[in-house]
Amino acid sequence: MSGSVTLRGRPELYTDYAADQALLNTPVKRRVTLLLGLAAVVTPFLLGRDLTTLLTTVFIYAIGALGMNLISGYAGQVSLGHAFFVGLGAYTAAFVGGEATTSLRGLGLELWIWLPMAGLVPAAVGFLVAPIAARVRGLYLAILTLGLVFIGDHVFKEARTFTGGAGIGRRAAAPVVAGMDLSRRQEILGFTIEGATLFYLVCLVLLVVMAIGARNLARSRAGRAFAAVRDRDIAAEVMGVALTRTKVLAFTVSSFYAGICGGLLAITFGVVEPATFNLLLSVDFLAMVLIGGIATVSGSLAGAAFVVLLPRIVQTYAHYMPGISRGSTGGGVLTVFQLEAILFGALIVAFIVLEPRGLYGLWLRMRNYWKAWPFSY
Amino acid sequence: MDDLLTVLVRGLAQGSVYALLAAGFVVIYRATDVVNFAQPALMVLGAYFTYLFVRPLGLPFPVAVLLAIGAVALIGALAERIALRPMVGQPPFSAAMVTVGLFLVLTIVANRLIGSNVLTVGDPWQLDTAVFAGNVRMRIADGWRIGLTAAAFAGVGLFLARSRVGLAMRATSLDQEVSLAQGVNVGRMFGLSWALAGGLAGLAGMMVGSGGMGVDHTTAFIALKALPVIILGGLDSLKGAYVAGLIIGVAEAFTRANAATLSGYVGSNVDVVVPYVIMILVLMVRPYGLFGTPEVQRV
Repeated sequence: MSGSVTLRGRPELYTDYAADQALLNTPVKRRVTLLLGLAAVVTPFLLGRDLTTLLTTVFIYAIGALGMNLISGYAGQVSLGHAFFVGLGAYTAAFVGGEATTSLRGLGLELWIWLPMAGLVPAAVGFLVAPIAARVRGLYLAILTLGLVFIGDHVFKEARTFTGGAGIGRRAAAPVVAGMDLSRRQEILGFTIEGATLFYLVCLVLLVVMAIGARNLARSRAGRAFAAVRDRDIAAEVMGVALTRTKVLAFTVSSFYAGICGGLLAITFGVVEPATFNLLLSVDFLAMVLIGGIATVSGSLAGAAFVVLLPRIVQTYAHYMPGISRGSTGGGVLTVFQLEAILFGALIVAFIVLEPRGLYGLWLRMRNYWKAWPFSY
Repeated sequence: MDDLLTVLVRGLAQGSVYALLAAGFVVIYRATDVVNFAQPALMVLGAYFTYLFVRPLGLPFPVAVLLAIGAVALIGALAERIALRPMVGQPPFSAAMVTVGLFLVLTIVANRLIGSNVLTVGDPWQLDTAVFAGNVRMRIADGWRIGLTAAAFAGVGLFLARSRVGLAMRATSLDQEVSLAQGVNVGRMFGLSWALAGGLAGLAGMMVGSGGMGVDHTTAFIALKALPVIILGGLDSLKGAYVAGLIIGVAEAFTRANAATLSGYVGSNVDVVVPYVIMILVLMVRPYGLFGTPEVQRV
């Protein structure tokens, strides 16, 4: 590309659109991304099994948060049905990847079949539901999609041969590729890699692929259509954006992300129980988007990390606070779980009131401060 | 036939509770364009205060109910002042998420107050039943539910239609800036509508706990049924809330009464899903519910 010459010492001078829209359009972004990538690869070898699993959970939730951000952040269609699609992905994975037993159906296939299926089946359902959802707007849409969660909950509980039924659930599919279980200890090229570490790396790679996919979608024609529909749908339609088609695309892609998230999440849970995929899970995803930053990929990752790590942080430091009991019942003013829920609620409120752009907005403020330092603006 | 009527009455009673909860949503939505997801928590607090005033404090039941309604109304107004007032001018979804946060906090508080027991609200009619019109059996509590809800709707409707403050509230819901320019204290109207919604939720809490049902930490989930009700009726229509509440209540009662027949086809506990199915079917035909005002948009 002849036009994309970045001049030395003028890193933010763009001479064409492609350079401006590049994934990593500044040298700092390139360096930071490289460093973060290296750190992410090295981290599991330094941490214990417990923390590695926790970070893996962060990555998996981040995939779901990306999907939530595509539909609610980029396309502006606030959906509370995300938990349903996550659950559908989890059970598709368990059905395609799990072994058949006397009471459960299963196909017993490997990861490279069940993982795409875990995304495609929710995507297909999303594609079918989307035309109905595209008819309603705003809060009507939020509660319509909330209906999906309740209907899904019922279906999950009743389809016992697929899901194991209420209160029981079924085991998640094992991540097996070519006979090798990616969540168990393996010898690869002479190195012994722990199961937790291996699965961490698998999820990291998947997250990076999905994040780049989301970013690329967002900066393409489809992504610009999403933004136009979000900002003013009628104006977008007048300008030639096919409204229903754009909304259907957003729903389908978002459901695909949710499904992949569900398939992987099932593995960290071990056993998938229908009650997991309830309204609160949807609210968690919405909180990740709001706390992380609406319509930003990095915000989705930060939001997922925040929401997943918050309970652990509260549990770790709870005993330094007076009046907090550790168990589920106890003599303190509050239990750990109640403190956690209160903090979660209060943080959502605080972020929306004080920094609506979320963690991404905090980062922008910090960056702009140091960029202009020692001047205040 | 008698069985049919019995189920119908039970459905109408259950539907009345939903309608009352939905009315709280509608009142707040009309005034502030916010869907208040904290309504279930307010309802549980209403039930708790009724218990508190009747049992430990020993007040007569009607006085206790009125005091509980007042207490929840106060909590509603406070919540609006602290958490929602800074959200004026923000997108409705941010405000809705704030109410979700409020819900989490208030639920914890309510559960902490209730503890692990089932509390009775101390209503005088408990499990009593009456037989009328030949052979139709009705619980006294159901009769009170239907009657009080109808009275509450009439009261709120009259208040909004006839009183000076009601006129100001309607003006606020029509256009906040214009009513501000006409001398309406818009902030006070917001607080008032939250107090009104809180009061309605408090009354609904008493009803949910009455008839031998009691209150425990799962009671808040009953109020989630009000969400399909408000969408079915239309977010900004009090009439819609009442009609849709009764429709959903009756549909649920009939599904539950025929659960044994239905379970072979669609599984057990299908009455949980019925409200949402009705809601989705109606939304396919009428995107703004039965009585909701279609949003007029300019580009």
